[in-house]
Amino acid sequence: MQSIPEVLRTIPLTHYILVSSALFCIGILGVLTRRNAIIVFMAVELMLNAVNLLLAAFSSYFSDPAGQIFVFFIMAVAAAEVAVGLAIIVMIYRNIQSIDIGVLNKLKN
Amino acid sequence: MTAIIALSIFGISNLFLGFWLSRKTIQTFTLGFLALSMGLTVADWNHEYLWFGNMFRSTNTSINFSIIIQLAAFFVVEFSNAFGQDDEHTHPAEYYAIMLFSVVGAILMVSFDHLIMLFVGLEILSVSMYVLTGSDKRNLRSNEAAIKYLLMGAFATGILLFGITLVYGATRSFYIANIANAIASTPKESMPTFLYAGILLMLVGMLFKVSAAPFHFWTPDVYDGAPTIFTMFMSTVVKTAGFAALFHVFSGMFGALYATWALPVYFISMLTLVIGNVTAVYQQSMKRMLAYSSISHAGYMLMTISANQSSTTSTILYYSLAYTLATVTAFAIFKIVSEYQTGRVEKPENFQAFEGLAKQNPLLAFCLTISLLSLAGIPLTAGFWGKFFVFADTFHRNITYSIIVAVLMSAVGIYYYFKGIIAAYFKKSEMEVIHIPRLYQVALIMSTLATLVLGIYPTIVKSLF
Repeated sequence: MQSIPEVLRTIPLTHYILVSSALFCIGILGVLTRRNAIIVFMAVELMLNAVNLLLAAFSSYFSDPAGQIFVFFIMAVAAAEVAVGLAIIVMIYRNIQSIDIGVLNKLKN
Repeated sequence: MTAIIALSIFGISNLFLGFWLSRKTIQTFTLGFLALSMGLTVADWNHEYLWFGNMFRSTNTSINFSIIIQLAAFFVVEFSNAFGQDDEHTHPAEYYAIMLFSVVGAILMVSFDHLIMLFVGLEILSVSMYVLTGSDKRNLRSNEAAIKYLLMGAFATGILLFGITLVYGATRSFYIANIANAIASTPKESMPTFLYAGILLMLVGMLFKVSAAPFHFWTPDVYDGAPTIFTMFMSTVVKTAGFAALFHVFSGMFGALYATWALPVYFISMLTLVIGNVTAVYQQSMKRMLAYSSISHAGYMLMTISANQSSTTSTILYYSLAYTLATVTAFAIFKIVSEYQTGRVEKPENFQAFEGLAKQNPLLAFCLTISLLSLAGIPLTAGFWGKFFVFADTFHRNITYSIIVAVLMSAVGIYYYFKGIIAAYFKKSEMEVIHIPRLYQVALIMSTLATLVLGIYPTIVKSLF
């Protein structure tokens, strides 16, 4: 019976870095191209999860718990951020009956 | 440190006070809380404390920054005027509580010794600000500002976190001192390349938060859309904390790699100065002008960070203090004049709304003039010495081109700041006496006096080091 860090270490570290970078880039592309506020949110979550994956991989490679502790902090803070974010989206939906961020352009002079 | 615990408890008790007390009383209580926590912060002076498993370090520098942050919050609470009389749609107890919580985040950001603390502090500050930005729920502009701020803020956090992760992968620690040691003790050839990617991503993430060009595009919209009182809070507290954190990360942690990050920071500071100042010239709205002015001030502060001298900490400290005092005054006067003009003129936020201010309201016009002069950097105000110290630091690093650009851009700045002064003094209109609450008046006089005193005796702050 192998422990989980040992299982994680059977994959080379470079692969983790590549996968997380790919996930992270997909997240960035999603934020920059999508216009639906909820989808943009999902893209941000994708970016954060890329970070979580990489942190867990590094931390099991270094046998250092600090990285995994950081993951917990990221998850907790991301949950708080999403709670506030969804509240803001609901507030906007009540006012304009849409969550398309392209509709919101009152502030461009 | 005790200030953080105290502020959190005060914030929670503030929420409960909302059940029983009137608006004015809650405001007074909040002022008392902030004064008390400032006292607690000062009590740690000259003692170095480490808390939370060495993740939080309070030094004299961090105490200085914490004081500026709490002072800014103090002024904002004084100017908040208990959020008017609209009982149904404003909730002062909650707003004050969230402001106290975000001050906790800002204090964490200026005294961290571990990247988790940086992240947690940044997020406490940012999430509170998202809520406050959208607090005017039925106003579409406020809604739009909130969603833009939230999406950009979350995006920037993601980038910053990826940077932190890569740095962790290269150095195996989150402690500032351990990371600095790991970087200094490893030969350059054996450093993994992704360390540099990590540094760059961290830089981009933090530049988003302090709104430096080309990552500034959200700033004017968010500052414009948020309720003025929270714009005041954002442009002072968030800026000060952001720059203190940026400098701590880059000078303290990546000091050995100065050659790597200095050039990007240097170019970004030039770009920020040019974009911030030139775009501000074209603004008709005073609030938007102040937003672009805050971008341009970010450029000056980045300039001193790219110089990375031993005196840079005190320069950032002085600059943020001068900038905080002037911005708070300018926004306070903008708030009171635009509230007065709402319904009287077509666009209460434009410069035209300030025409003829000096005739019936000499105090307001005088304070506005001093604060705008300070932002423009005219001698005998604090802003002049702020710019002077920035230029001196840069000069000691033997970078002359940036000083030339910065001086030119200050000249551009004088043009748009004087638009406000000219409107107040040399234009005619039938403006009546604007009634100002007593507390508001006292705060205006205090911040204006502080600007003048710092402008005449800049050594008061500089000698703290």
